[in-house]
Amino acid sequence: MNLSDSKKKLALAGVICGLVAACLAFLGNPANMAFCIACFIRDTAGALGMHQAEVVQYARPEIIGLVLGAFIISVGTKEYRSTGGSSPMIRFVLGMIIVIGSLVFLGCPLRMIIRMSAGDLNAWVALIGFILGVATGVFALKKGFSLGRAHAVNRVGGTMLPVIMVGILILALCSSVLKASETGPGSMHAPLIASLVGGLVFGAVAQKSRMCFAGSIRDVILMKNFDLFSVIAGLFVVMLVFNLATGRFVVGFDTPGIIAHSNHLWNILGMYTVGFAATLAGGCPLRQLILAGQGSSDSAVTVMGMFVGAALCHTLGIAASGTAMNAETQEIVAGAVPPHGKVACIVCIIVCFVIAFTNKRDEAK
Amino acid sequence: MKEVDARGLSCPEPLMLTAEALKGASGPVKILVTEPHQRMNVEKYAKDHGRKSTASEKDGYFEVVIE
Repeated sequence: MNLSDSKKKLALAGVICGLVAACLAFLGNPANMAFCIACFIRDTAGALGMHQAEVVQYARPEIIGLVLGAFIISVGTKEYRSTGGSSPMIRFVLGMIIVIGSLVFLGCPLRMIIRMSAGDLNAWVALIGFILGVATGVFALKKGFSLGRAHAVNRVGGTMLPVIMVGILILALCSSVLKASETGPGSMHAPLIASLVGGLVFGAVAQKSRMCFAGSIRDVILMKNFDLFSVIAGLFVVMLVFNLATGRFVVGFDTPGIIAHSNHLWNILGMYTVGFAATLAGGCPLRQLILAGQGSSDSAVTVMGMFVGAALCHTLGIAASGTAMNAETQEIVAGAVPPHGKVACIVCIIVCFVIAFTNKRDEAK
Repeated sequence: MKEVDARGLSCPEPLMLTAEALKGASGPVKILVTEPHQRMNVEKYAKDHGRKSTASEKDGYFEVVIE
């Protein structure tokens, strides 16, 4: 089974994943979040007690399903490769940066597409930053950027993240040790089994189609290749139809209740950070989870960086707040990026530049 | 035969090195990659540029020869 050898198959993969996201939104996931890697990692980090923001704590079965779906399909189709050793600490930092940028914008690239399909104009603004970030990463690649070679490692090494995910699933099913939000986005979720199955399907399809939101823009800029872009187009169309059909399509900047803000500069810079860091790391947050599932310890380290970055966002006051309706006064309270978030975003961009221009391919061993 | 060792490198480096090697080569080029999708990407790149390619699996990596 190969979903990546034609644009039609890739678009079909996008449609399948769009249907999964639409179903999960229908079954209870937060409005126009549906399936956000950064948000769901942040929620899972909260469930594990890595941060104490009570409204965003829930072990998202989608994250567990994504990793396990990629693991199962890659083992089944003999694509599982246990590898590691390509600048792991730099990848850890890039993982942190990806999530910090995502939580300044309020969403990963996947959620940016989902928000765009719901008429959220802030996401369209952020797309400018994402494209510029990927373009900066492509510039670095053309100048010889490389994080060096990964090597084959012990076969068990690549199974560590899938095993951790199974552990979190067991804790979620058999104990009450994990934290779970009673209000806020963390309390809004589809039934566990639906989320898990949705994650497994999404993970398997993403593994076979090489779905990557940073990679799709990168390939267009670098190779004039629109193959991976077909996946995004398929997903966007399905979510657009779903939003139109269910009355969730609202064009605007200040729509309360959709967990977004209208700080245009920081929407652009947040996604610039994500696009830049994801291009340097070799893939978007979704792709990192999938690569980790198919045995890459380097991507597993990136995912760990994403967990730590998500926790820091809520312990250090970096994450942005979404525009909301004041229940008592019925006034719209604008969401915003806090000062710590702005400083963190700028620091992340500087770190990306340092990483991009101090790691050269000819130095790769 | 010109040889490009792209084993263990992250995407899109194998494809960038392939493109670079094909630009400067008149004869066949041998590309070594680790991941199945990288093998497919290299084969597709060759096809898109009107070149024939043959791939074979070696011990833990793939060898793609572009004519």
